[in-house]
Amino acid sequence: MKRHSMIPSPRSIESVAIPAIAFLLAMALFGGFCVFWGAPFWGVFSSIYRAGFGSWYSWQNSLLRAAPLMLCGLCTALPARAGIITVGNEGAFVMGGLAAAAAGLATQSAPAWVSLSSMAVAGIVAGGLWIALAAGLQHYRGVNAVISSLLMNYIAIAFMLQLVEGPMRDPGSLNFPATYPISPSHQLGRLFNSRVHMGLVFGVVASLLVWFLLERTVWGMKVKVVGGNSRTASLVGLPLGAIILTASFIGGGCAGLAGMVEVAAVHGRASHAIAAGYGYAGILVAFLSRQSPLRIVIVSLILGAVIASGGSLQRDLDLPDASIAVFEGIVFLLILASETLYGRFEFFWDTRDAF
Amino acid sequence: MHFNSVNLWVVAAALLGAAIRGSIPYMFVSLGECLTEKSGRINLGMEGILLMSAMTAFAVSQRTGSPWLGALTAAIVGGILGLLHGSLTELPGVNDIAAGVAMVVFGSGLAFFFGKQFVAPMAPQLPVLEFGKWASNPALRAALRISPLFFLGIVTAFVLHYALKYTRWGLHVRAVGDAPEAARSMGISARQHRLIATTIGATLAGIGGAHLTLYFPGIWSEGISGGQGLMAVALVIFARWSPLRCLAVSLFFGGAQALDPSLQALGFGGFYHLLNASPYVLTLILMIVSCSRSRKLIGMPGALAGRG
Repeated sequence: MKRHSMIPSPRSIESVAIPAIAFLLAMALFGGFCVFWGAPFWGVFSSIYRAGFGSWYSWQNSLLRAAPLMLCGLCTALPARAGIITVGNEGAFVMGGLAAAAAGLATQSAPAWVSLSSMAVAGIVAGGLWIALAAGLQHYRGVNAVISSLLMNYIAIAFMLQLVEGPMRDPGSLNFPATYPISPSHQLGRLFNSRVHMGLVFGVVASLLVWFLLERTVWGMKVKVVGGNSRTASLVGLPLGAIILTASFIGGGCAGLAGMVEVAAVHGRASHAIAAGYGYAGILVAFLSRQSPLRIVIVSLILGAVIASGGSLQRDLDLPDASIAVFEGIVFLLILASETLYGRFEFFWDTRDAF
Repeated sequence: MHFNSVNLWVVAAALLGAAIRGSIPYMFVSLGECLTEKSGRINLGMEGILLMSAMTAFAVSQRTGSPWLGALTAAIVGGILGLLHGSLTELPGVNDIAAGVAMVVFGSGLAFFFGKQFVAPMAPQLPVLEFGKWASNPALRAALRISPLFFLGIVTAFVLHYALKYTRWGLHVRAVGDAPEAARSMGISARQHRLIATTIGATLAGIGGAHLTLYFPGIWSEGISGGQGLMAVALVIFARWSPLRCLAVSLFFGGAQALDPSLQALGFGGFYHLLNASPYVLTLILMIVSCSRSRKLIGMPGALAGRG
């Protein structure tokens, strides 16, 4: 088979067509739902579109939300490629944010770049170890990583809240317990005079990097072999544990970095506000992207726009702001359901392979 | 520190009452999750089911004036969401973890959408049974003011225990959950049993949701479930997939939640969050200690243990 043919293969058309059809169906259902509540069908979607992509201002809103989604999506996607499903994104995100805040406060007298790099490293290491721990427990002890990482989310949030309301608390934060703030000169920069911060660059670069690692390196090949069939992998002598742990560390590190961005660019300090659910949304991003790093960028952007449009349906059409969560829910359910359609339609079969 | 015996007595009574109160949603959600997992599937969507059924119970009770009708509707709505989750995950190639997270988004979205108009008012609550009329101590009397759902939960646990252990249907559910291939070769439909188990499980969770809004103080708010639906998964592990142990563990989880106010009353406070997380830490430790590479967790359905 020629790999670099200019005509897209039926397989790649399938991977666009199926989610697109599911998305259109979700729009139809949600539109019908809104019509039932007295809102105009197209008005709903033009409102969402305007709030997500209608102006530079709304683009910024969408991009701001897309950045942590990309990083959190990678947190589930990369270990999944090595055969470990974790849902510990929220925990890795929170641990990353907490570690970054601690590092930032410890390096306040250092130059900004030293402080920021130590925050990033602290965030990556904390998030990475968190997910590697869950993956290691599954690989070495047989503890289901879905369950352990779910438990670890709660442990991480409780740990963060305990520190933020106890030893790390800024006495000045009365009704809203938080750590001492990181000085503005040590916070993460913004891009081109916009509100969009460096987190977007981190998200895109991390996605490209993970794609490169998976598709263009020997290590990535090994990860996919381990994820595809761990028996085969151990038969051919691959070090299963090392591969699973590194993949999980890198994935967790991405979520940890997202936590660092949340502290260093959004809130400027750690508080309960950093556990805002980006981690859980990241699980869905990963599954909707079918664990592919490049698709994660696109899915995050779309989901970021949808989340950003939360208030617009209320402002424009007087629908409850939770409408957008109903829309998200319908989209997720239908796209997940559409997974079952892959390989079922003959016209997507790649007959060129057969000859 | 100057606590005397009377003070301790009051605190103990308050703790008992809080454990009983707090255990009810856990009981129903964990029994539901237990049944679902026995059939070889994880339902991570219980949080969405809990929220949607809590809102439904409140709305129906508020509109019709009948809290029992509210609880019934909540159970039905829970069952419908369970049916949705069950049918979705029956499709080949659909991951049940992802479907669970999607159900949380969908269920909570629907609950917040419909629940917006119900944030302010009060609804008629379920009646409570007064077991403490004999007691002179008001704290003890308050502790013994117990919702009938508590007893319904206990009965459900025993029924579920019996059904899983001694009935033909229960045997089939366990077979499907432990060894799907073997069950298939015996002609037992995994699809059908999992769908039914997931639906009944979610119906039970719906009753737990009704308790959240139809018991004192009887209000609906968006944070009312506080993660108890997700916690059900941990609870079931702690109970090692036994409905009867689910009862005990629910009391323990409910009590752990109430421990901090009690400790504060005695003068030791400030560990609220760590205490809240203690059930998770204990569950995790339990899993680490009792698992090994070659041996699954005792009591864990085979279909759950065997996958990556």
